[in-house]
Amino acid sequence: MAITTEHGTAVTPQPERPVDAWRGYVAGPWQDGIDVRDFIQRNYTPYNGDAEFLAGPTERTTGIWNRLLAMFPEERAKGVYDIDASTPSTITAHAPGYIDADNELIVGLQTDAPLKRAIMPYGGWRMVEGALKTYGYEADPQIAKIFTEYRKTHNSGVFDVYPPAVMAARRSHLITGLPDAYGRGRIIGDYRRVALYGVDALIEAKKLERAELNMERSTEDVIREREENAEQIKALGELKAMAASYGYDISRPAGTAREAVQWLYFAYLGAVKEQNGAAMSLGRTSTFLDVYLQRDLAAGVITESEAQELIDDLVIKLRIVRFLRTPEYDALFSGDPTWVTESIGGLGEDGRSLVTKTSFRYLQTLYNLGPAPEPNLTVLWSHKLPEGFKRFCAQVSIDTSAIQYESDDLIRPACGDDAAIACCVSAMRVGKQMQFFGARVNIAKALLYAINGGRDEISGTQVAPVSMPIQGEVLGYDEVYAAYDTLLDWLAETYVDALNCIHWSHDKYAYERIEMALHDRAILRTLACGIAGLSVAADSLSAMKYATVRPVRDESGLVVDYVVEGDFPTFGNDDDRVDEIAVELVRSFMGKIRKQPTYRGALHTQSVLTITSNVVYGKHTGNTPDGRRTGEPFAPGANPMNGRDTHGMLASALSVAKLPYDDSMDGISLTSTVVPSGLGRSRTEQVTNLVGLLDGYTVSNGFHVNINVLNRDTLLDAMEHPENYPQLTIRVSGYAVNFVRLTREQQLDVLSRTFHGGL
Amino acid sequence: MDTATTSAGSPPAGPGAPIIDLGVPLVGGGHDRPSTGTSGLTLSEADRSDRFAQMRTGELGSVHSWELVTAVDGPGTRLTTFLSGCPLQCLYCHNPDTMEMRRGEPVTAAELLARITRYRNIFQVTGGGITISGGEPLMQPAFVARILRGAKELGIHTAVDTSGYLGANCTEEMLEDIDLVLLDVKSGDPETYQKVTGRQLQPTLDFGRRLAARGTEIWVRFVLVPGLTDDPANVEAVAAYVASLPTVTRVEVLPFHQMGRDKWESLGLRYELEDTQAPSPELVARVREQFRSHGLTVY
Repeated sequence: MAITTEHGTAVTPQPERPVDAWRGYVAGPWQDGIDVRDFIQRNYTPYNGDAEFLAGPTERTTGIWNRLLAMFPEERAKGVYDIDASTPSTITAHAPGYIDADNELIVGLQTDAPLKRAIMPYGGWRMVEGALKTYGYEADPQIAKIFTEYRKTHNSGVFDVYPPAVMAARRSHLITGLPDAYGRGRIIGDYRRVALYGVDALIEAKKLERAELNMERSTEDVIREREENAEQIKALGELKAMAASYGYDISRPAGTAREAVQWLYFAYLGAVKEQNGAAMSLGRTSTFLDVYLQRDLAAGVITESEAQELIDDLVIKLRIVRFLRTPEYDALFSGDPTWVTESIGGLGEDGRSLVTKTSFRYLQTLYNLGPAPEPNLTVLWSHKLPEGFKRFCAQVSIDTSAIQYESDDLIRPACGDDAAIACCVSAMRVGKQMQFFGARVNIAKALLYAINGGRDEISGTQVAPVSMPIQGEVLGYDEVYAAYDTLLDWLAETYVDALNCIHWSHDKYAYERIEMALHDRAILRTLACGIAGLSVAADSLSAMKYATVRPVRDESGLVVDYVVEGDFPTFGNDDDRVDEIAVELVRSFMGKIRKQPTYRGALHTQSVLTITSNVVYGKHTGNTPDGRRTGEPFAPGANPMNGRDTHGMLASALSVAKLPYDDSMDGISLTSTVVPSGLGRSRTEQVTNLVGLLDGYTVSNGFHVNINVLNRDTLLDAMEHPENYPQLTIRVSGYAVNFVRLTREQQLDVLSRTFHGGL
Repeated sequence: MDTATTSAGSPPAGPGAPIIDLGVPLVGGGHDRPSTGTSGLTLSEADRSDRFAQMRTGELGSVHSWELVTAVDGPGTRLTTFLSGCPLQCLYCHNPDTMEMRRGEPVTAAELLARITRYRNIFQVTGGGITISGGEPLMQPAFVARILRGAKELGIHTAVDTSGYLGANCTEEMLEDIDLVLLDVKSGDPETYQKVTGRQLQPTLDFGRRLAARGTEIWVRFVLVPGLTDDPANVEAVAAYVASLPTVTRVEVLPFHQMGRDKWESLGLRYELEDTQAPSPELVARVREQFRSHGLTVY
């Protein structure tokens, strides 16, 4: 097609569609608007075979990884390898950086050198200043002045608007881990869009959205959206500039597999240059990239080994994402996590498996590079997945413990077949949904408040509104439950107030420009609330219901301890008597949350997840009526309390599987540890049995499980000789960590957790 | 593909169960079960005289505990129910709290079958089923018969873990409902058997032959206790006997461990193996090899 100009010369216009980049792909609606899912569905090749085709690491790959391995010991010893303390990070702030410029297939670092951390002050200056001080770096006075005098941060914004009730609940550790001093994270940009469409097409699409917004009246919502849209377009321009600094033109779509991986990674890199989010997840990229790899493999342009190299190189980059954080932050989220979560597998809505060869290639990186906690490889499991893939997953779990599993059969009906996990257990539609991360409330401590008329069981301070403390020599279940119910009403109100303040401020002062540029305009926002201490609360109520609980009061009348007479059923034994209490707590608190108005009309959700903060929550919670002592850690996530689940790992898991997903749509986390011999006599049998367990758990409506396949001796030895276990990875409540990077207290907690000799 | 890089410190893969000190206790029912109990099973409230009547008809059993297990007690994931009461007094028993029937909890067959039904999907997807263990299940044959019948009606794979000493209690009807017998052959030499268990070896030998004759699949278990059952001649006798049973599909050599010691103490019972050590890896390897040399599949 040609156009004749007024001068009569024919010119060829820019092609309407990037036909060359899309050569050989099945056409569809994805070419007329942004629709990555449609592209995948029309073009991917399901793979039903086994792992035989996979390639090991090349010398090149090993060489690059070894350079980093040599740097890790110093980073571990100092806490950070290096910091650029004088350049507030933006998408374009840092010059290009390389690990081994001549050999890297996929390029791009957060700063100009590997493991050098950037400062990201928009979340809060205090976090930056505290971290710099901890690691012996001077804060640049000019930057300090900017972010304290001239430019307000998210952190200072939140504290300007918190009401006193929130401050009190926060101070007493009733509401904890709130993202009010750091980036909220848990937003997944659809990084695939950059590869499929190129940045220019994305900017055009954003301009169209702007045109729509311009037609609407300038009300507060519309004005905010216009400003966000303008920021998104600017961020996309910066992304192009950043890629150009590495010598790549990403304004156009990726035309090869290598470009697709590189474009996608640039998009993700833009996000981690701009945001120090609590979880910076990658999305669901393996089957998308497989389409490109498959095309190049079929054309004979690359070999299997070269395809694997591209994935290995991408994963190397994802493994060295670093953020500057304070030791207090690490105490809460131990092991310096970034939650570069990648969701793999699952089934399509049409019933075809979404497993491709690249799904295998992602898992293969755990062999080619050795086990590692990041990226957080997450398999969306269904018993209907191809047998070869299920067996490979189980084998990788047994060898590395570095996979977490989530039920595709629960996620797909709720979020469709292009959903990904943010952080640990939060499922969301990629590019169409985001969440306002809300950390969690301590419902075990709340129970103690109910017994004590709103006073804190440790300090004695009145935190919740004054109510009548429970009287008498024996705690009556009904009376305590009623008081608890009232207290939880107040807690839900205070909690959602806190979250509304936080996200209002975060949107205003630390908006995720590039991540949101890779979303549709009309998105579903969820307000992701959460609860911690579920098993402690359930067991405590069970003790009151089935045994006799006598309160022990101090001279001020404060109940500080409990004497329990008789046996009572405990959560984690598939015993409905107590499991129903846990279910009811989840349902009831969700109901209370739903009554609260939310910022930007976000949909209320809830998680039962603690990450590793179960240790910190326990530290700040007094004696509980289930017999747990002051300071003793809670169980992680939705786990039964340590050692109380005595009917085998699966019985324990089945108690957790009863917790209703429709009242905890932000996820329910279970961590299980087994020793290899507990899975079977031979390796084949171990693989078969682990597959069976995962099938059994998910067909019983289990949502999530971390599988640690470990030997207790291994952990003991790792505590004594961390230098020998630089890569020992264990999974704790939703993500994997380097065991040797945990605090000693956390290591002991992991050890004391039930080691299931057999399952 | 390259699988050389695995997590640091994991035990080398080799044939047979790894032998580790901390021990995944592997004796008897399979491994250590710290007083798992009957949580989740509603206990019968029948009075004493009714109870005896119900136990005779098998409506009621004396149950020590239940557990969902994998990789022990048969294929797949299984609901193993430990019954109370055992005619043997094995010196190395790691569950001495199951020796006396009176220590069990009264559970009706209907209640146990309800729990079995609950796990039907699990058994299906894991290729598992139920295992009745103890104690000695054949101390309560009427109860066991009801459970087996109920499970078979649900299409569930069944296993019974027994010493075979009370094999005579196992009727042909019961055998019809048993898919797999986990037969504990505690010694091959009659004198050693008597020393270990306080009973005679012959009934076990007879029961194994009866099972083999009617085609019932058998997994044989042999607990290896240094200084007690490890004599080469004793092992040889077990191996030769086992090799004569054509329906044996695997032999499990279970290294003795000390996880049961505290239980003996808390029950006020005298424990003879106070100073006995777990067998060395070399000893376990030697014994497994003895079985293997008879053409058996050994773990």
